[in-house]
Amino acid sequence: MIHAYTFDGTNIVFDVNSNQVHVVDEPSFNLIKDYETLAVNELKAKYGPVYGTAVVEEILEEIAELKDKGLLFSADPLAGGITLPEREPMVKALCLHLAHDCNLRCRYCFAGQGDFGGDRGLMPADVGRKALDLLLAASGSRRHVEVDFFGGEPLLNRPVMLELVDYGQVKAREAGKEIKFTLTTNTLLFDLDLQRFVGENNLAVVLSIDGRPGVHDRMRPTPAGKGSYGRVAERVVQFINSPYVGEHYVRGTFTRHNLDFSEDVRHLAELGCRKISVEPVVAGAGTDYALRDEDVPEIMLEYEKLTRFILENHQNGNPIDFFHFNVELEEGPCLAKRLTGCSAGLEYLAVSPQGDLYPCHQFVGRDEYKMGTVFNGAVDKKTAYLFAKAHIYNKNACKNCWAKFNCSGGCHANALAFNNSLLEPYRLGCILARKRLECALYLKVMLNKSYT
Amino acid sequence: MGKHIKTLSGRTLQESMRKGGCGECRTSCQSACKTSCTVGNQACENRNNK
Repeated sequence: MIHAYTFDGTNIVFDVNSNQVHVVDEPSFNLIKDYETLAVNELKAKYGPVYGTAVVEEILEEIAELKDKGLLFSADPLAGGITLPEREPMVKALCLHLAHDCNLRCRYCFAGQGDFGGDRGLMPADVGRKALDLLLAASGSRRHVEVDFFGGEPLLNRPVMLELVDYGQVKAREAGKEIKFTLTTNTLLFDLDLQRFVGENNLAVVLSIDGRPGVHDRMRPTPAGKGSYGRVAERVVQFINSPYVGEHYVRGTFTRHNLDFSEDVRHLAELGCRKISVEPVVAGAGTDYALRDEDVPEIMLEYEKLTRFILENHQNGNPIDFFHFNVELEEGPCLAKRLTGCSAGLEYLAVSPQGDLYPCHQFVGRDEYKMGTVFNGAVDKKTAYLFAKAHIYNKNACKNCWAKFNCSGGCHANALAFNNSLLEPYRLGCILARKRLECALYLKVMLNKSYT
Repeated sequence: MGKHIKTLSGRTLQESMRKGGCGECRTSCQSACKTSCTVGNQACENRNNK
């Protein structure tokens, strides 16, 4: 299977099953597109008069050589599919919901504006410690483990976060493991002391800001209904310029109210942000801000516009790392990793403030997906197996999709929310993921001097 | 490198199967992405595979 497309005059052929990218001239582009449906003599007859027989023969030779090497028209690496064995979940990442409360009232919040549809509450320290104990035990032989402090707004539970970082580091060291923490915050409480703390303890940080003031304030008001942009932007700028800045992303959400979201990326870049993620909102059709099918053409053009902006910045020596345009070709993930994507319910679990376990942060509060508690340490194998089976070879929509080995079947929570099935991906999400991959591969080509 | 077709070199999925599955890589939803799964941007953490 191949995907052939042109972006701003550059012809790209992506070989799906080998994950190889080819930059081709116009005659090759046309020949390759017809290669699987026409015989060699038919290709010569069709393209010989256009490009010349010698050129057509050269191209056919190059195609044959790449085919022999398994780099073009390569075979499915798991022809016939795969049945994964039912096994004990090996949890290597936890999302700790430190606070089911928030000091903002973001309209699109999937956490029900912080409380996840339940009582507002903070995670007690003993629940957090039990969660970390579970992670270190359930990760078995895996050396790297991860913990994300999430909410609501996790900094509403600041003392517990500080204690858990210390506890986790000590316990991980004793277990011979490396623990990596990430803090996702709306920045309002991210003061200088905390900035120093995350720097000194090597926490990754995700800072939430949507972009231009009007765009941000519309969706991210305070409980009193006022805008939060001023205070948030001040914190973001303070942190990205601080001596303690380390691994981080400045992350926004776009909705149908700002389909011109490349302007928001541009705004964040003007603030000095260089590591940016602006992602599509996921929301039910009943809301005014949810993306609709009719918005797709505009979003596609916007991603193209954004691609040119990112390219221009790279070429001007001022590169921007846009999260969704990153693709790792040289040393990317192995095939096993690409089958089930985020590993929710298997290797990644979320923990509610009360200590209940769920497949991921988006499932918290949904009783039917509760997978145990941190207090008994056991993780429900039955639910884990449901998620293990939700891989790309079991999803009809993925079978003939050229992006399947890079998006890995999409978000489980979105599939359930929109289609009530783990095996049926969220269609709009798929369309946007494919477009972003086209942009990412184009940038990869353009930023690799050997091919341009 | 061909005259008409230039290939960006990278590990093929078939090659990745040989020593894959160690699980030391990051879980994809732990990074910036909390609503849309992203996998292809990650780097393999298996040093024996490089």
